[in-house]
Amino acid sequence: MTIVLREARPYGESPVDLVIADGLIVDIAPVGSASGDVIDCEGLVALPGFVDLHTHLREPGREDAETVESGSRAAALGGYTCVHAMANTSPVADTAGVVEQVWRLGERTGLVDVRPVGAVTVGLAGERMAEIGAMANSAAQVRVFSDDGKCVHDAALMRRALEYVKAFDGVVAQHAQEPRLTENAQMNEGVLSGQLGLTGWPAVAEEAIIARDVLLAQHVNSRLHVCHVSTAGSVEVIRWAKGRGVNVTAEVCPHHLILTEDLVSTYDPIYKVNPPLRTAADIDALRAALADGTIDAIATDHAPHPHEDKDCEWGAAAFGMLGLETAFSIAVKTMIEPGLLDWRGLADRMSVAPARIGRVREQGHDLTVGSIANIALVDPAATRIISSDQLASKSRNTPYASMELPGAVVHVLYGGNVTVRDGALV
Amino acid sequence: MKHLLSAGDLDLDQAITILDTAAELAALTDRSVKKLPTLRGRTVVNLFFEDSTRTRISFEVAAKRLSADVINFAAKGSSVSKGESLKDTALTLEAMGADAVVIRHNLSGAPHRLASTGWIGGSVINAGDGTHEHPTQALLDAFTMRKHLRDGKGDLDGVRVGIVGDVLHSRVARSNVLLLRTLGAHVTLVAPPTLLPLGVETWPCDVSYDIDSVLPRLDAIMMLRVQGERMHDAYFPSALEYSRLYGLDSARMSRLPDHAVILHPGPMNRGMEISADVADSPRALMVEQVANGVSVRMAVLYLLLGGMKEND
Repeated sequence: MTIVLREARPYGESPVDLVIADGLIVDIAPVGSASGDVIDCEGLVALPGFVDLHTHLREPGREDAETVESGSRAAALGGYTCVHAMANTSPVADTAGVVEQVWRLGERTGLVDVRPVGAVTVGLAGERMAEIGAMANSAAQVRVFSDDGKCVHDAALMRRALEYVKAFDGVVAQHAQEPRLTENAQMNEGVLSGQLGLTGWPAVAEEAIIARDVLLAQHVNSRLHVCHVSTAGSVEVIRWAKGRGVNVTAEVCPHHLILTEDLVSTYDPIYKVNPPLRTAADIDALRAALADGTIDAIATDHAPHPHEDKDCEWGAAAFGMLGLETAFSIAVKTMIEPGLLDWRGLADRMSVAPARIGRVREQGHDLTVGSIANIALVDPAATRIISSDQLASKSRNTPYASMELPGAVVHVLYGGNVTVRDGALV
Repeated sequence: MKHLLSAGDLDLDQAITILDTAAELAALTDRSVKKLPTLRGRTVVNLFFEDSTRTRISFEVAAKRLSADVINFAAKGSSVSKGESLKDTALTLEAMGADAVVIRHNLSGAPHRLASTGWIGGSVINAGDGTHEHPTQALLDAFTMRKHLRDGKGDLDGVRVGIVGDVLHSRVARSNVLLLRTLGAHVTLVAPPTLLPLGVETWPCDVSYDIDSVLPRLDAIMMLRVQGERMHDAYFPSALEYSRLYGLDSARMSRLPDHAVILHPGPMNRGMEISADVADSPRALMVEQVANGVSVRMAVLYLLLGGMKEND
């Protein structure tokens, strides 16, 4: 079967017919010249399907919050064709058995590539290295290893992990959080945390670990990825490291590009997230870093939680917010609309770069003849009001409820198959 | 005003109204029959998630003197300790028809949640939340200072107040800084740098690390409780060193101006932040603070529950 994406505008450029067959882009033809199953894409921008480096699918263990299937649906609706499922499940994804289970659940759902992330240490306990080689060589072909949620804070263990993953061209994705500086931390440390009486999460707790890790990565000549960079100081450290030739990449979450700590003064736990919401100055630095490539990728840190874990006191609530179904709109609002990135730039930060960091060969391809047809067709002119009841995720913890956001994902193709059409799952 | 969540919610007029009302109520209850019929038929719930016998009793006495029905709901021995959420507890209290919920909670912001979620319809009074605020404590402190330094009338314009100790973890200090500022007083916080919150330099007060340089200028000094456990978290090297550098003993007391008064929110650590002879001196107003606490809390309940309107 041949699919024709009629009048699609690759990267926002001139309209063409994108012709899809056998899972590939087989032709880029003048508008109206191709025939087949035609999907009207007038006014839509075609981008390579998004790749998320940082997704919590909660399965196995917390199927009340999300499953591989529900998370895959949310991802597809958000324009994603690949997600990296974080390892902090129950049981922890620290063995070949668990990562293969998650990978198979993803295959069975078939809406996106589900690439499991393997734990760096057994049980995320930060004490002994997990069987990284077994996970790398499993059917899941794990390349990204992370104790996300916890920091690999032992410097010797971090060094060994950085060295060990070189054998598989893997990468250690560090959740940079110095544990002693962040005991019981609830929000960004600053004037506001002092006023609100909430224990502070100081920027230095992130920056100190990143500084240590980039030096370790340089020392052992390995590859480091920094999860959810949230401070202006972290940006400076990463910029300095890249300038020295350190093999480091970094991601930023959509919420850290738009929401500030001021929201915490409501004490509404919907705004509780780790790392915490920071200041307007941090937002400016993060946007600039994403624009100039110091930060390589947008990653959602999609973190579903059941309602009761957010419908409570701030201090008792869980950390985390949903992200898959709103990431594109936040990217439009924070990067495209202010002119910080063009569509090619956005395609790089949301697809090409994360696929490269995760070593996902089938993803992040340019929209050229011969590429695998992982494609998101988006409407930059659309606006929508976010409603937590209308999300595909099993959870409702979006911080954007009732906000009007620009941009909408209209159609998505995954491996040449239509997964989303007219904004709905096929 | 429906709720009292933060001392910062009060403007000057509201603060003085509460203090003046407390003074009137104190005079009225200074009789052999202490009870007023004002809140008859109204229900006040003391919802205490954290042990605080003295604050709970103070609110209980205040409500009873206004003839309100009082329900004490303590975390220990109730469904709260069995894992019932704040939400379900609040919904239960709402179903029982609570007109006001006095909440003490170990987590900052819990009273805000109670007031902003729609779980309950009544008034919420913050009786201390985590390391955030304790507005009725600030009101009773202001009431006590006004009585001694301003003849029990008006504001505290120009009064110099030192607040000494663990400001970082103190809800009393936060509420006092906000309320005293509103009332025109000049506050100096005194503490080792480790026990001051980041950003304290932006607060509407002065900050000093040296108690001795501050003492001679004060009209009132408030000593905060310093928990010995803080020592283990390396906020200071030893109880002895803390006491030596920041404790109020009789030598330091003698350097206060003669008219200056001494306050402490209690419970005191005698020998730590305050020596026994200072605590027992006539200048120390701790016992009076307790009595004033009842009057101030009566005033808050009276004003928030609209008792004033109904009886006018």
